[in-house]
Amino acid sequence: MNMVNLKINGIPVTVPENYTILEAAREIGIEIPTLCYMWKMNEIGACRICVVEVKGARSLVASCVYPVSEGMEVQTNTLKIQKARKTTLELILSNHDKNCLSCVRSGSCELQKLCHDFGVDSARFDGDTPKFDIDYSAPHMYRDNNKCILCRRCVAACKAQHVGVIGANDRGFDTHIGCAFDMPLEKVACISCGQCIVNCPTGALSERDDTDKVFEALSDPTKHVIVQTAPSIRVTLGECFGMAPGSIVTGKMVAALKRLGFDKVFDTDFAADLTIMEEANEFLDRVKNGGKLPLITSCSPGWIKFCEMYHPDLLDNLSSCKSPQQMFGAIIKTWYAEKNGIDPKDIVVVSIMPCTAKKFEIGRADQSAAGNGIPDCDIALTTRELARMIERAHIKFDLLPDEEFDNPLGESSGAGVIFGATGGVMEAALRTAVETLEGKPLENIDFTAVRGTQSLKEAELEVAGMKIRVAVASGMESAHELLNKVKSGEAEYHFIEIMGCPGGCINGGGQPVQPASVRSFVDLKKLRSEALYADDRANTIRKSHENPMIKLLYNEYLEKPGSHRAHKILHTTYVNRSKMVVK
Amino acid sequence: MKKSISKIPFRGTPEQEKQLMEVIKKHRDQKDALIKVMQEAQEIYGYLPLEVQQMIAEGMNVPVEEVYGIATFYAMFSLSPKGENKISVCLGTACYVKGAQALIDRITEVLGIRPGECTEDGKFSLEACRCIGACGLAPVMTINDDVYGRLTDKDVDGILKKYMD
Repeated sequence: MNMVNLKINGIPVTVPENYTILEAAREIGIEIPTLCYMWKMNEIGACRICVVEVKGARSLVASCVYPVSEGMEVQTNTLKIQKARKTTLELILSNHDKNCLSCVRSGSCELQKLCHDFGVDSARFDGDTPKFDIDYSAPHMYRDNNKCILCRRCVAACKAQHVGVIGANDRGFDTHIGCAFDMPLEKVACISCGQCIVNCPTGALSERDDTDKVFEALSDPTKHVIVQTAPSIRVTLGECFGMAPGSIVTGKMVAALKRLGFDKVFDTDFAADLTIMEEANEFLDRVKNGGKLPLITSCSPGWIKFCEMYHPDLLDNLSSCKSPQQMFGAIIKTWYAEKNGIDPKDIVVVSIMPCTAKKFEIGRADQSAAGNGIPDCDIALTTRELARMIERAHIKFDLLPDEEFDNPLGESSGAGVIFGATGGVMEAALRTAVETLEGKPLENIDFTAVRGTQSLKEAELEVAGMKIRVAVASGMESAHELLNKVKSGEAEYHFIEIMGCPGGCINGGGQPVQPASVRSFVDLKKLRSEALYADDRANTIRKSHENPMIKLLYNEYLEKPGSHRAHKILHTTYVNRSKMVVK
Repeated sequence: MKKSISKIPFRGTPEQEKQLMEVIKKHRDQKDALIKVMQEAQEIYGYLPLEVQQMIAEGMNVPVEEVYGIATFYAMFSLSPKGENKISVCLGTACYVKGAQALIDRITEVLGIRPGECTEDGKFSLEACRCIGACGLAPVMTINDDVYGRLTDKDVDGILKKYMD
């Protein structure tokens, strides 16, 4: 790659010739503000916030798409630029719903921050303000186009997921983000992954807020309210309280949940271990008895919906295991309820998930272990909603002591915790499956070939004289690519792990929002997943089948993995939803 | 103005579908041919209903929302079929200053359709067109091949009546 020399604000910098001005500026610590820009994902130069002065150019140029050249001289912060940015913001505000006080993104809104930075007059342009209906049709999110600035970051995120059900419709003042023929979100082939939400700079897209339901349950003395926290929440929740990405806050998270008044604070990691017991058993069974291969994991409800919509011919390849969230609820409303003499109708299971699709999953069919229409899991909250609850209760998160999960469902292994990262479910399953196949303890339990945040990974293992080929995909674009190879016979695997979001749950659609400047230039996936692997290493028990509470559960109740009762309680079925795909 | 979506049931024929498939086949591997295919599809069907947009999306391997986004952006694409009687009101400069908007408003009042729409019985469709070169007769409207000039909104009802059975 040829290098070019240029000066930005008088500072010389040498960068590869395919850099934009914005990328070059970052190299020397100059941040150019942006709004529509998302590195490698949405580079369209639409919003004009990133404009800069280039010597000799006739007008200001959009630095996010303007390539560098030899001898170029750039200014990024002149009065002329500041005025241009300010006017642009004032124009955006002219048809923006400015109810910031009640907006879910107040405080984390990128538009709000820029308006503050540039001291805008919110009423300078009093223009046409079309009123858009809010789309509340989907169970996991809503779209309020009155707060949309048409940056198209959500559109790019949806396309990157190989879904592409949203885009810009109509034109002029009527331009709005919507689905084909303006169908409501629940009617199109949306997989509920929530990647649009974490990429939205404003309050136009947000999860359906279920925190009120939880506060109501907590204040009802007849209800036994149990909370479970997904593996990745402990490494992301801190970001909502200003901590650095990758901070491990397990103890404070547990303390906060106890202060919020939950009767029991349990860990979804326990259910992750349980999933491994069942899924490893299912895998071994299929390998030994000529069952359908490759076996594909079923923990991620966004992926499941994608499979049901876009690859319905692979439904028999999916593991019949419920996801950890649902297994947890199923065990609570059967074993735990019986053990403690509580009517499952009086138990409310709340889950804290990195995921918006989990809100869809709790309402799926065949997710009622206790029967009588009692759902395994009652309320699924995102990481963001938990942070909102903590804020509303005015709990000083950073001052909390570290506290421990309750037992018995607070006990977990390191295998359970890595479920939150791409490759983690595969590694956890291998730790159990390989040991079972070989019939002796593993010498090395770190399957590093399936680690890392890249979207596609594969490995071949020698196990008990057999060659086992595995693959791992995260993000639906990569999954789609992988599955097409499997279908065409170009690639053959025994076991495939797929997670709906790029990088896995640590980058899920329910995770803390970070501005584009962070999402573009900080490797959140790496920081967050490294924290999970650090947590795994710190664990004395690192294999699911060695979790003593899992052993107890099988001894007391389930008998053995894949037993009749285990099947009834912990396994589920899928639906062909290909009719919803208008593609 | 937001494009309205017709509720009139799709009545595409196998012959039309065959034509569309040929168009798609011809352009399938051309990266930027989507708009071209949409134009030709509109020539075949007269408009671009959901069923046609789905065929285009599938054939060109793009999400149907991408097709819809383009269809609603460009004025030349219609989401409503043409009626048995096609009304065009000229909104060229001369016609406009001579009060063509009042003609449109009256037609909308009588037939319940806005420009770009078709009545539910399929009898009339309305569009606002650009200058048709009859400025001397401004304001002008045409119904099928008949031209009506020097109109006021008072003339509209009588003219429409001629086309109602």
